[in-house]
Amino acid sequence: MVRVRNAVVALGVIAVFAAFAGGCKKDQPAGANDTGDIVIGEYASLTGTTATFGNSTHRGVQMAIDDANAAGGVNGRKLRLVVEDDQSKPDIARTVVTKLITQDKAVAILGEVASTRSMAAAPVCQQYKVPMISPASTNPAVTDAGDYILRVCFTDDFQAAVVGYFAYEQGYRKAAIFKDIKNDYSVAFAANFAKEFTKRGGTIVGEQVFQEGDTDFKAQLTSLSAAKPDAVLIPGYYSEVGTIARQAREVGLKVPLLGGDGWDSPKLVPGAGGPGGALEGCFFSNHYFSKDLKEEATQQFLAAFKKKYDTDPDALAALGYDAGKLLVDALKRAGSTDSAKLRDAIAATKDFPGVTGKITLDEKRNARKAALILQVKGDRFGVFKSYRPEEIGQ
Amino acid sequence: MQSFLQQAVFGIQLGSLYALIAIGYTLVYGVLRLINFAHGDVFMVGAFVCYYACTRWLPFRDLSADPAGATTNIALAVVVLIITMAVCALLGVLIERFAYRPLRNGLRIADAHFWGLVAALPVAVRLGPFSHPGVLLAWLVIGVAFGYALRPVVAWIARRSVRATSRLNALITAIGVSFVLEYGGLLVVGADPNFVPTIVPERVYVLPGGVRVGTPQLAILAISLVLMLVLRYIVTYTRRGKAMRAIAHDIEAAKLMGIDTDRVISFTFALGGALAGAGGALVAALTHVKITPLFGLLPGIKAFVAAVLGGPGSIPGAVLGGLLMGLAEAFVAGSKASAFRDAIAFCILIVLLLVRPSGLLGRHVAEKV
Repeated sequence: MVRVRNAVVALGVIAVFAAFAGGCKKDQPAGANDTGDIVIGEYASLTGTTATFGNSTHRGVQMAIDDANAAGGVNGRKLRLVVEDDQSKPDIARTVVTKLITQDKAVAILGEVASTRSMAAAPVCQQYKVPMISPASTNPAVTDAGDYILRVCFTDDFQAAVVGYFAYEQGYRKAAIFKDIKNDYSVAFAANFAKEFTKRGGTIVGEQVFQEGDTDFKAQLTSLSAAKPDAVLIPGYYSEVGTIARQAREVGLKVPLLGGDGWDSPKLVPGAGGPGGALEGCFFSNHYFSKDLKEEATQQFLAAFKKKYDTDPDALAALGYDAGKLLVDALKRAGSTDSAKLRDAIAATKDFPGVTGKITLDEKRNARKAALILQVKGDRFGVFKSYRPEEIGQ
Repeated sequence: MQSFLQQAVFGIQLGSLYALIAIGYTLVYGVLRLINFAHGDVFMVGAFVCYYACTRWLPFRDLSADPAGATTNIALAVVVLIITMAVCALLGVLIERFAYRPLRNGLRIADAHFWGLVAALPVAVRLGPFSHPGVLLAWLVIGVAFGYALRPVVAWIARRSVRATSRLNALITAIGVSFVLEYGGLLVVGADPNFVPTIVPERVYVLPGGVRVGTPQLAILAISLVLMLVLRYIVTYTRRGKAMRAIAHDIEAAKLMGIDTDRVISFTFALGGALAGAGGALVAALTHVKITPLFGLLPGIKAFVAAVLGGPGSIPGAVLGGLLMGLAEAFVAGSKASAFRDAIAFCILIVLLLVRPSGLLGRHVAEKV
């Protein structure tokens, strides 16, 4: 009798579990790709070490797709966005992009923010000849994967040069570098910063490395501090920068810290001990988007985003929106979802009015755009300066 | 000279944390000859308990708005430390009871419910955030139900299980527990980095000679020192401690002398867990690193190495090994070769083990054939 009861309970539990598992499956219409909805794939770090990057970008992308659908879709067809989470891991990025292309039959892929993950997934897109638009990966090597890989942001050649130029202009003559040795973005950023900064006449007085996941940075910071730099460049992600800044202050390194767009996150300041904490007054470069910019496109996007999500967009949301918009525009210009035609249409983009500035793709499929220098003030980032490529001789 | 002393200060601070975790490895190794790979993850759980205690559970004052709240906060910080140690001690006991003991003594039918609860985690997470009491209740109900479903299976396994004391099996189980904690943690709290806000005012003292010592470093050093002294007292002078040493010496003989070995082993895991929890809380609250469910991995491995370096089974050895690891790491990281930090630290380990195969303070025991 006990056995029978146990078996009944077991079956019941399995049924409950099956119901849960079944309830979570997304219903997918059979992959008709020439008629019906146009499928657009997006991979983003919705969870993981850089979760705020993925979530911000996704909101922007979703908004662009929703806008296009509200305006009647593209060439009479609706757009359907399929999002996959890569958990902030390169190997998972590769897997989910393969899935988006082979199973969901996406005609184009949007993503990623982190260069390491874009570089992991780009060869997949190139292999299947599906255009991939990266909204915010700035490592120059990302588009080297092939002619189907494009982006709507500037590269670190430019961004890091801006920081180097700015640092010299601020009167810093001796700079130190503290980079994440395992991060493509961080290493390239440091190299390009050093190139520009020394070209202007500054010197790099110290260089140390860390690794994502380290808990203690004080030993390296002390040795940097001994070189008495005027400023320290930390081209890392927000998840590490706050801790590094706090420990820097603890070992007596009080000089301004400099960084790049990897700092741009609402979690940056909490990680540094809250408003007025270790990062107060520090500078980082970012894409041409800020609440403080008075341009009409910026203000319109701000208002629309706030209405939709009840929160302010950051630069990554704006770039995600631009990537989505540009793709929709290219789909219209191409007049079909044929991958070669679509790629050509995206690559031919000229003076596209984005919220992060006018977008023109150059022969290496990178966007030429202006960059901002932002300053940490309390829990906000204020616009300090802006540079166009021609201004710094690029 | 100044930078040498300065790096030594950081090395000692880092080393005292490694020592706290290494003691847990060495205690368990002493009584069971088991490398408890889940220990680094107990440390991680300690950091999370500290994070939640500091941000959600206890009424900490915001120091930037209310500097007078410092005294309240320091008192609360002590409470946080005690809570964290208690939770991690309990976790250590649970791990021993449900993962390692069945390997020694066979499964019991009631164990089914524990595994049911583990299996119910993925289901419960889909219902909503775990901080919600309803979700917690649903998890318990589903878990117990799963347990009933598992009962026939457990009974079947228990009837057929062969009790063999294979150390390899225990080791693989330990790695499994470690994964359960890491990826269970990812399911429950997600992989977003979390930061503990500043809860106690921090100050830096500049010693003559220009060496800087911060209050966080002093607190880490003082608290770990006190905990190690308490541990030493327990192991040397209490009945439980004597029983632990007896088991470490010869578990079969200890059983024959009437020692309840299972209880003492539980107690050993509780001690180790409490120390790892304290380490986790100190790291989370005082060094301001980001906390993620995978962050116990690296400190865990380094502490394990420290335990081996000092001589597995030897408590003073674990402390010495931890300090050596910390110092080696700080000196290499502070030099020009910071990229090779871990590689050089491990080279030191290899050379030392060549010279002293059973660790610095470990006794070399010849295997009887």
